[in-house]
Amino acid sequence: MLELENLEVSYGAIQALHGISLAVEPGRIVTLIGANGAGKSTTLRAISGLVKPRGGAIRFNGKNIAGLPAHQIVQLGLSHVPEGRMVFANLTVQENLLLGAYLRHDKAGIRRDMEQVFKIFPRLQERLQQAAGTLSGGEQQMLAIGRALMSQPRFLMMDEPSLGIAPLLVKTIFEKIVEINRTRGLTILLVEQNANLALEISHYGYVLETGKIILQADSATLRADPQVRSAYLGG
Amino acid sequence: MTEFLQQLINGLALGAIYALIALGYTMVYGILRFINFAHGDVFMLGAFAGLFFTPVVERVFPPQSYSGGLVVLLLAMAVCAGLGILIEMLAYRPLRNRPKLTVLITAIGVSLFIEYTCQHRLVFGAAPRKFPDLIPVKTWNVDLLVISSTQVIVFVTTLLLLVILRFIVQKTRMGTAMRAVSFNEQAAALMGVNINSIISFTFGLGSALAAAGGILFAMSYASIDPLMGVQTGLKAFVAAVVGGIGNLPGAALGGLLIGVIETFAGGIPGLSNYRDGIAFTILIAVLIFRPTGLLSKPQVEKV
Repeated sequence: MLELENLEVSYGAIQALHGISLAVEPGRIVTLIGANGAGKSTTLRAISGLVKPRGGAIRFNGKNIAGLPAHQIVQLGLSHVPEGRMVFANLTVQENLLLGAYLRHDKAGIRRDMEQVFKIFPRLQERLQQAAGTLSGGEQQMLAIGRALMSQPRFLMMDEPSLGIAPLLVKTIFEKIVEINRTRGLTILLVEQNANLALEISHYGYVLETGKIILQADSATLRADPQVRSAYLGG
Repeated sequence: MTEFLQQLINGLALGAIYALIALGYTMVYGILRFINFAHGDVFMLGAFAGLFFTPVVERVFPPQSYSGGLVVLLLAMAVCAGLGILIEMLAYRPLRNRPKLTVLITAIGVSLFIEYTCQHRLVFGAAPRKFPDLIPVKTWNVDLLVISSTQVIVFVTTLLLLVILRFIVQKTRMGTAMRAVSFNEQAAALMGVNINSIISFTFGLGSALAAAGGILFAMSYASIDPLMGVQTGLKAFVAAVVGGIGNLPGAALGGLLIGVIETFAGGIPGLSNYRDGIAFTILIAVLIFRPTGLLSKPQVEKV
């Protein structure tokens, strides 16, 4: 469904990605793990068009989307839940969700999908008219995911959904990620520092180190790999 | 008491015009985080558009009629909306990823370019022009108060435009996208918002309001010239900062406040010579005691 081929990204003179190649099959949860600065977020940002790749290809359903502006990439069915959630704090929860459906014009469908989001995250319905900035970190993450679902994506990217969130809510959110993947068949590319958690819910994993993929395997295999265990899973 | 009320009315009429211009400064700042110093010149161009459209409109509508005046206003707003969008596309868009200072200096350049091009004798010429009466000139006396039809039109037009603007920003899809871009451009792009079209929309909206301000100003003071946007634009910019830059109700409040205070100062013997300095005195006071402006809210990041 999504293929990266030799993806290279630079920030000025600093090269962040040195030729990343990976593939995500439809219906799966694939994770990128790695230390801070390994290039996980940059990979997602390149796919969603927030940074322009310097080289390589990004193929989504066979079409090269490398270099397209972000708003056109959303239209193709890729949605990105960015690191740090980036909810619109000055807007209400409802306005945030409607912005997720910015490119859609089917009012009935938008309403139906909003109901779906409330089924996954009932908390959001309770806070519908509240400014998103008044939500807790965990609730903001729910909103960011709900907002991304409102565009009816076929492919969902999530960047550090556990970052800065109370442990209890992290568990809930990861359960919801699995639920979204299972019930909707939505393909997910997950970036996560908490490698334990990420490998637990994913089917396949890539390990990134300083802009390169150094290891890839089924998540279960990676969890058993001594190198991965010592470097990313705390022994 | 009568004099107080009279000055208040005069001040509010002036302040309403500042408010209309200030909204454009603050909207553009909200989206792009830079001050469009050419905005005052769009205000001037609005007045001149009115000057040139009036004889054309008077061929169809009766001269000095409310309907004709409205058509002139709408035409000037439309032309300036287009000009605002054009200025952004030609001057600022190529600098989108450059430091804000580059854009700011470019804005000053655009402003000077418009001012001095318009002073050329083949354009508008440097001499002040008389602005025609767009509407029936009347005055009403209430007790000892004098209210002119122009003042009434200034209030009604400003109020209507503020209501329409509020509706656009708060209730429409474009307005919601504007607020989203203003909060976080990248996140808005991830929603599918085309940032460039929102920026164009914002420039168009702000420039249309400035044009309305230009027409109302020209109706109130009857004389227009290519440099009329310099001082008025600067004061409107001050109004936007006083209200809290990026904050729409703040810009409206700041405009009214500066108009009223300036008018009162003009009526005090000994202070009247300092009338034009008042706005900047207020600016200094606000920057010292409430640097983020009167209506700004502190932003807190939640974890």
